[in-house]
Amino acid sequence: MTPILQTRGIGKTFGSVLALREVSMSVSAGQVVCVLGDNGAGKSTLIKILSGVHQHDSGQYLVDGQEVRLTGPRDALDRGIATVYQDLAMIPLMSVWRNFFLGSEPRKGLAFDVAKARKVAREELRAMGIDIRDVDQPVGTLSGGERQSVAIARAVYFGARVLILDEPTSALGVKQAGVVLRYIARARDRGLGVIFITHNPHHAYPVGDRFLLLNRGTCIGDYAKADITPQELTSLMAGGAELAELEHELRRE
Amino acid sequence: MTAVADERVAKAGLARRLLIRPELGAVVGLVLVFAFFAAQSAVFRSPDGIANWLDPAATLGIMAVAVALLMIGGEFDLSAGVLTGTSGLVLVTLATRFGFNVWTAMLAGLVVALAIGFANGIVVTRTKLPSFIVTLGTFLMLQGVNLGVTKAITGTVQVSGLRRAEGFELANAIFAGTIDIGGTSFRVAILWWIAVTAVATWVLMRTRAGNWIFAVGGNEQAARAVGVPAARTKIALFMTTAFAAWLVGSILALRYTSVQANIGIGQEFIYIIAAVIGGCLLTGGYGSAIGAAIGALIFGMADKGIVFLGWDADWFTFFLGAMLLLATLANRLVRRYAEEVRH
Repeated sequence: MTPILQTRGIGKTFGSVLALREVSMSVSAGQVVCVLGDNGAGKSTLIKILSGVHQHDSGQYLVDGQEVRLTGPRDALDRGIATVYQDLAMIPLMSVWRNFFLGSEPRKGLAFDVAKARKVAREELRAMGIDIRDVDQPVGTLSGGERQSVAIARAVYFGARVLILDEPTSALGVKQAGVVLRYIARARDRGLGVIFITHNPHHAYPVGDRFLLLNRGTCIGDYAKADITPQELTSLMAGGAELAELEHELRRE
Repeated sequence: MTAVADERVAKAGLARRLLIRPELGAVVGLVLVFAFFAAQSAVFRSPDGIANWLDPAATLGIMAVAVALLMIGGEFDLSAGVLTGTSGLVLVTLATRFGFNVWTAMLAGLVVALAIGFANGIVVTRTKLPSFIVTLGTFLMLQGVNLGVTKAITGTVQVSGLRRAEGFELANAIFAGTIDIGGTSFRVAILWWIAVTAVATWVLMRTRAGNWIFAVGGNEQAARAVGVPAARTKIALFMTTAFAAWLVGSILALRYTSVQANIGIGQEFIYIIAAVIGGCLLTGGYGSAIGAAIGALIFGMADKGIVFLGWDADWFTFFLGAMLLLATLANRLVRRYAEEVRH
């Protein structure tokens, strides 16, 4: 099966800074690929290339096996690549259904088909197993996990084939993070490819099929779930040697 | 267990939905203000009295509604008041000094107003400067132009004589006439006010553009990220305010057949105050067109009511300030309640 999205030795420089070098990865339908790395590892640069915000300047970017050069986020969306950013692109004072359709409002003649928007938002959220009491409530009244879930449901509804999630669990408590992980699994079960960016191996391991580790702008490992244990993942993430050194440093005399 | 909890949530939801309507505070204020004046003045509650206080409410209301849309979109327009003067001056000057037909002169006024609104919008969206500063600049420039050009052409600070211009009768009837209802004559402006409020409410609540207006005022970055044409939306809002200024300017010019060069100065804050009383947040993203219309109605009532009671008109500004403070406090409480995070 051709992966929906694939990179081959992709790279990006900003002036004299090599932000990303030689990263190869792919995601297929129904697969969850976790991209792990500490701050400054190149995670954001990678997702910005994948989502069309930046253009790569070396290597190849393939969508459905065809090499592409995305012209912007809209281009990525049209190809079915949707990105849910950490800050969510939602308007707190607007209702759930208004947010759900923002920028792609269904029309009935000249008017915004409000009845349809309400109905579809309610149905889609329910289909994702999201229990929103009332789609008329402002998004600002939802919890962080619920907001992430609404954003994911929105991307799924608008025909996303690949969902790029930028640190969706990082600002959440344990229970809320669990809620979001469940929706990631649900999106996967609906046949979406998911790229899940995180710096938390405990969130990545339960849901991921593959793990791509980045450090200092380059790939330091790409593992299938069968080839790695959570402990190994954690230690690779933190840079095992650095962690041992830190432990030594912090030890009581 | 969960079923019980859900029922409670549903009940709170209904009360919340009523409470978070942005107009709520204005409606309460309207009832109180009406009761206060109507109880003490028989004239105030008579048909003639009602026609009397509906008139200032109408011209103010047309502006307040447009300004409310702009404020929901996250911007201010301080030039809106002076622009009513500019539009009126263009109309009367062209019709009386350059032999224009009243309708052509009105069209020219519209073009000038829309161009100024467009310029405001372009400068604000391109430079990302606060619209407060940009339109303050426009305000002062227009104030200077209004006076300078009027003096240069007429040698005085007003242009008059619109009555003699061609096409005046019909234009006057449509924009500045009166309608008799049960022996009381009401100004046509009241109908324009109702029409503007209805259209604005429809656009805001039932069109894509309305969704975009809330979005660009609520969080412009986020709106842009999901494909909302933020700059176009804001420019359109500035042009809407300019359109309203043209409408009001034309109504007043046709009614008085002359325009003072300093007309409209100071009104820009009244529009904003009416919009805020109507539930608009100064920070954008929240508010209502009907609320702004009600805010204007409260003004009209207080403006004339104070006169009917035989009080000194100076008390009007005291009333204004008190209403503004109360409304802002009420709005803040309502918004906190609406935004309260639930887990």
